[in-house]
Amino acid sequence: MMSGGYLLSLLIWLPIVGGFAVLFFGDRVLVAKWLSLIVSGLSLVLSVPLWTSFKTGTAAMQFVERSPWISTIHSEYYIGVDGISMPLILLTTFTTVLIVIASWTNVEKRVAQYFAAFLILEGLMIGVFAALDGVLFYVFWEAMLIPMFIIIGVWGGPRRVYATIKFFLYTFIGSLLMLVALIYMYLKSGSYELAVFQHMPLTLTEQTFIFLAFFAAFAVKVPMWPVHTWLPDAHVEAPTGGSVVLAAIMLKMGGYGFLRFSLPIAPDASRELDWLIIGLSLIAVVYIGFVALAQRDMKKLIAYSSIAHMGFVTLGMFIGFQIVAATGRTSGISMGLDGAIVQMLSHGLVSGAMFLCVGVMYDRVHSREISAYGGVINTMPKFAAFMVLFALANSGLPGTSGFIGEFMVILASFKANVWYAFLAATILVLGAAYTLWLVKRVIFGEVANDKVAALKDLNGREFLVLGVLAAAVLLVGLWPAPLLDVMRASTQQLAQQLLVSKIAP
Amino acid sequence: MNSLAQFSVSQFNAGLVYACPEIFLGLAACAILMLDLLLNDAQRRWTGVLAVISLLLTTILVTLQPVAGKIVALGGLFELDRMAQVLKVVTLLTVAVVFVYSTDYLQRRAILKGEYYVLGLFATLGAMVLISAGSLITLYLGLELMSLCLYAMVAFDRDSGVAAESAIKYFVLGSMASGTLLYGMSIVYGMTGNLELSAIADAVHNGLGDNIGLVFGIAFLIVGVGFKFGAVPFHMWIPDVYEGSPTCVTVFIGTASKLAAFALAMRLLPEALAGSQGDWSQMLVVVAVLSMAVGNIVAIAQSNIKRMLAYSTISHVGYILLGILSGTAQGYQASMFYMISYVIVAAGAFGMILLLARQGFEADKIVDFRGLNARSPWFAGMMAILMFSLAGLPPFIGFWAKLGVIQAVLGVSYTWLAVVAVLFSVVGAFFYLRIVKLMYFDEPTDAATIGGSVLMRTVLSANALLAFGLGVIPGTLLQLCQRALQ
Repeated sequence: MMSGGYLLSLLIWLPIVGGFAVLFFGDRVLVAKWLSLIVSGLSLVLSVPLWTSFKTGTAAMQFVERSPWISTIHSEYYIGVDGISMPLILLTTFTTVLIVIASWTNVEKRVAQYFAAFLILEGLMIGVFAALDGVLFYVFWEAMLIPMFIIIGVWGGPRRVYATIKFFLYTFIGSLLMLVALIYMYLKSGSYELAVFQHMPLTLTEQTFIFLAFFAAFAVKVPMWPVHTWLPDAHVEAPTGGSVVLAAIMLKMGGYGFLRFSLPIAPDASRELDWLIIGLSLIAVVYIGFVALAQRDMKKLIAYSSIAHMGFVTLGMFIGFQIVAATGRTSGISMGLDGAIVQMLSHGLVSGAMFLCVGVMYDRVHSREISAYGGVINTMPKFAAFMVLFALANSGLPGTSGFIGEFMVILASFKANVWYAFLAATILVLGAAYTLWLVKRVIFGEVANDKVAALKDLNGREFLVLGVLAAAVLLVGLWPAPLLDVMRASTQQLAQQLLVSKIAP
Repeated sequence: MNSLAQFSVSQFNAGLVYACPEIFLGLAACAILMLDLLLNDAQRRWTGVLAVISLLLTTILVTLQPVAGKIVALGGLFELDRMAQVLKVVTLLTVAVVFVYSTDYLQRRAILKGEYYVLGLFATLGAMVLISAGSLITLYLGLELMSLCLYAMVAFDRDSGVAAESAIKYFVLGSMASGTLLYGMSIVYGMTGNLELSAIADAVHNGLGDNIGLVFGIAFLIVGVGFKFGAVPFHMWIPDVYEGSPTCVTVFIGTASKLAAFALAMRLLPEALAGSQGDWSQMLVVVAVLSMAVGNIVAIAQSNIKRMLAYSTISHVGYILLGILSGTAQGYQASMFYMISYVIVAAGAFGMILLLARQGFEADKIVDFRGLNARSPWFAGMMAILMFSLAGLPPFIGFWAKLGVIQAVLGVSYTWLAVVAVLFSVVGAFFYLRIVKLMYFDEPTDAATIGGSVLMRTVLSANALLAFGLGVIPGTLLQLCQRALQ
């Protein structure tokens, strides 16, 4: 374990403290905005050394901080990152800055509270990715619900109350079952440290119950079919910034949870129940793909597309067991895992960008209905170019970030069974269908109505946000090697952990 | 029998030193009762000030008492241990906070009378006697002193018909529960031949554990404890009394008297009847599950926030019982932590209602909190902290309380009970969220500025921030509870 000063702590607490500071400028809107920009920008800058000083050759935790926290339950303030969590933290800081910039003028009421909520949320999300102690993780995981609940509920659309309470309760119920599992393991091992959980022997029955408890928490968050129904509601009703955080980062927490908890803590149960995850993932890919095709609301369409893409992530994580079962070889496991993580990051960028694009149009026309648009390219050529790029990335065009992860997961699926690969690959067809059809109806064609005719193209601020995202999408798509290098050691170690039975002798 | 044989006057008098905080509080209450007669209505505030000062002085006296292990004094009637010390301090400070919250409220509705404070002080004295009780006699004595004062306090606003109705209801049901408790005590006395808790514990250990007569007596004790706690199915009085009482009395019943009920349960069950743990544990499982279920589900249907908080109390009592029924030291510590954290949060929540109330407006409807964020972002934030804490969300104190009791029941392999507990807390989260929803998502319908003296606003803010601060750094309070019940 390598220590790295207090960088991670700073990354967690700077936005939280900054967020509370912003609250005190409730009546001076401009101060609040600039302070938020400075805090989120500083967080982004501070997170860069996380990447540049990261040692790629090891799976050990880096930038570790460890001190006693609550002695009576042996819980520690124990944080650190490895190749799986580090890119997700960067994604978080990156996305938050973009959200602050993108929301600069389109929030009208309680502006300071809006920006404060996003800053506090940022700190808590980084805490989730960095926590290496079960209780600490849980505290961040649950605390995160509060700002999101407020964001959707205060600044959301007409059915925001329904959507936000549904979001909260769905997530809460899963999380509490996870808490029971965490306490159970603590009582067995006497520690809340995740590494201890990962190494403690557990019988298959115990593992199965623990796996199911974690599944309740993470499957809701990912979200997997059939517990996905909160997501379309939450996305549709959330303000643009809220949708972006949900899609770009919060959904990734479910995937991260599978990687950090379910797989290494209950590898035997994961192997026994891989059919469940793979089955649900394929249903998500195929069935939800068709559901997305039928949507008339742009945000809903992207929300369903998110569910389908996240199905790919869970597929990549659990396909390894099928590879071993089918071929007896272990070579494809880490490819599936790598693919899943790349897919998470890519989806974070692409879906975030798609929601921002919808936000740009919504700010001008105040409608999310696809039918309210048509021929946007005639009045907004620059915007149309970005939108088409992100749409292509969403459908997995080579050269964009969307392609890398999907390709790796499909390749890994091939090693397991051709039919898995076949079903998984339908995402390329369906994804292209619903995304490009969306683009066709909204962007191309004749100018549909007066509102579209009156549209103004991107202003400098919007251009900046979408431009940076477009660059990131292309960069990951064309040159994924640095990203894969960072993850390699961690995913290989995880792949090893999956193969070793933890059943007590 | 033994203790009576050894009784000597000089030894008895020497023991009085351990009871000096109680003696002081009793004398102070009498003195304030006298002094209040000399004040006119304009000076009436001073009664409150004096009451708070005497509570704080008593707190200091309690903390100055050196406690190592368990001290038994006054011929076995009185017991002083760490648990007693901690519970007394919390009770005294809670009552002091309640008095601060109440003064404004009483004044604005022109019912600021010295009797409120005097009755409150005597009730506190009863709670302290109960907390330190070493025998069934003192236990009952303390309980009755407290309860009788509370009955009178409920009816304190004598022009209010609802309050009078609640008081009668409370009195009749409370007397019945006291009678049941007394009946249970008499059976226990009959079986063991002792009134002293430690002697009962010995007798139960030496072969009486599963005696059917004793178990019969325990069942009656559980009824009495369940009633004072407000656990289902002995909860009927709680919503009516909470709603009908003046809010400043509701907060008293909701906090200080719950601490006393906790002490009652701890003295009777784990201390005196540890040997029959298997029996009362099973009874408490039923009571706890019912309390969590009824409390959380019925609270959803309430439109009056005092009633909602009443059902919320019922559900929290279920969680507190989880720790007690586990029968382990960790469980008792967890329960105690839960109790203290609940008292902190409940005092704050009722304090918010008192803050919003004004002449002719009780602020006791849930919708009265609508748009609070637009009226006062600060107090909306405070209320949000309290509600999230009640819902058991980190990083607020309520989360650690839940964590503790769930840990306790999992520790004795009641996994199903832990799952039931967390599922009901999801149900519970809904109605706490509804308050947050009203405060933040809705626009205000009431433009009145928020009243309250500077002192009250400060104490209330400190109270809510305590729920947050102890949620971020819960270690100290957890350790305190651990040391209190080793």
